[in-house]
Amino acid sequence: MNRIRRALVAALAAGLLRPLASLAAAWNKDAFGAKNAADALKSLGAANAVPSHDLVIEAPQIAENGAVVPIEITSSVRGTRSIMVLVDKNPFPLVGKFDFAEGALPFVKLNVKMGETSDVRVVAEAGGRYYVATREIKVTIGGCGG
Amino acid sequence: MIRRLVCLFLLGGFSCTAVLAQDTKKEIQRYQQMIAEGSPVELFELEGETLWKKPQGPSNLSLERCDLGLGPGMLKGAYARLPRYFKDADQVMDLESRLLHCMVTLQGRKREEATRRVFGNDDRPSEMELLSAYIAGRSRGAKISPGLSHPREKQAYELGRALFFHRAGAWDFSCASCHGEEGKRIRMQDLPVLYKPQHARPVVATWPAYRVSNSTFKTMQWRLNDCYRQMRMPEPAFASETTVALTLFLTATGRGEPYRGPGTKR
Amino acid sequence: MAAGPMKMRATLGNGYTDLRVLMSHPMETGQRKDPDGKLVPMHFIQSVVVKVNGRTVVDGQISQGVSRNPVFSFRIKGGAKGDKIEVSWVDNQGESNKTEGAVA
Repeated sequence: MNRIRRALVAALAAGLLRPLASLAAAWNKDAFGAKNAADALKSLGAANAVPSHDLVIEAPQIAENGAVVPIEITSSVRGTRSIMVLVDKNPFPLVGKFDFAEGALPFVKLNVKMGETSDVRVVAEAGGRYYVATREIKVTIGGCGG
Repeated sequence: MIRRLVCLFLLGGFSCTAVLAQDTKKEIQRYQQMIAEGSPVELFELEGETLWKKPQGPSNLSLERCDLGLGPGMLKGAYARLPRYFKDADQVMDLESRLLHCMVTLQGRKREEATRRVFGNDDRPSEMELLSAYIAGRSRGAKISPGLSHPREKQAYELGRALFFHRAGAWDFSCASCHGEEGKRIRMQDLPVLYKPQHARPVVATWPAYRVSNSTFKTMQWRLNDCYRQMRMPEPAFASETTVALTLFLTATGRGEPYRGPGTKR
Repeated sequence: MAAGPMKMRATLGNGYTDLRVLMSHPMETGQRKDPDGKLVPMHFIQSVVVKVNGRTVVDGQISQGVSRNPVFSFRIKGGAKGDKIEVSWVDNQGESNKTEGAVA
């Protein structure tokens, strides 16, 4: 038992056992650091995305508070492997990129921050091609009260 | 789009405004529904449960023997039956005053220490906020039914009602100044007419609540404190007779409504 | 600051399993000032991974543009009672957390 333990510790120290972080996809610094939607899409290879009605965005038209804006995305584009979410007017538009393997439906619901009224842009990747849908969400700052 | 075109052709300008205002209200309701469905509220309930079971104070005991009206440690449905009269304290108490009572009598803590930080922030919620989230969550589905039969409860209700309509302070405001007339709003927030049951019911069914605008969990004590601040009146002392009376008036007005669990608000 | 509580709930739906995950995290953008006027440094979850019975089915990268205390919903294809689901996250400061559960 002791020998096994020592071997494990040595392996960890040698970096042979990869920590949680490196098992997932590397964080795309260029895309997430892009300051406008066009640059972010270019970084993702999605500059020529075509509009598609099969990419559906469920979201309120008005958000009482920009700190939490709920967005639900469903892609019925066949073979969707990835969904990307951008808020055009945010300082860094790309907010998320979700890769789906066999076993998950191309669907995600998340809460995003919006600094002001803006288009929310959703891109789906399927078979090497890119599809896009947009939706404007108005952001108000509510008044006092519960 | 088509709706608005129809509006221009068939209806007058007045009706157009009404239709657009209705759309706005519906969209805001949709926002409120969607954030409630994807709310971190349950995390506060989880942390609250841990805190409820944590031994604290000179007695090194947890709050698990605290009696919230249904017997020591009996939490299911207890929040929905507050405020009510408690013989051992000889007082009408709401959730937070009862928790404070248990912290002092069960755990041996000093009132001053237990109330040093009753309202938290986004980095660190207060004990009262976490405990309120947990205990209120245990009343999901229970009908709101505060105590109204004991003479002290009736007294507290009358006091709460009088306070609701009593104008005071630098601006000569009462609760009714904002919450006393149909059709009022502050910026985008519709103001419920809280002395009317149909308005009070959904309100009392969703407090305490997580507030998305500052990522904090707010209790009823905080809500009343902040209302007084907004009315430019001195803030009431924590768990004061005033706050309990007002809470009883509001829950009594909303009674019968199934409690939905801690809410999520902007 | 230690990673706060995390919670998941997986319920069988119509041909898929609804997975909801709640995470405690400040998701600081690096643009907010603290009460003393100092900028609060960037601190946000970068990676979210969902595994079903040990296999990765969702690999997500997110930014500070996601709301504080993130809540995600995903849909697992099919799914059966008892399937093991694990959701984990790693943030830009190397902190991580994970939660496990079974399909109900």
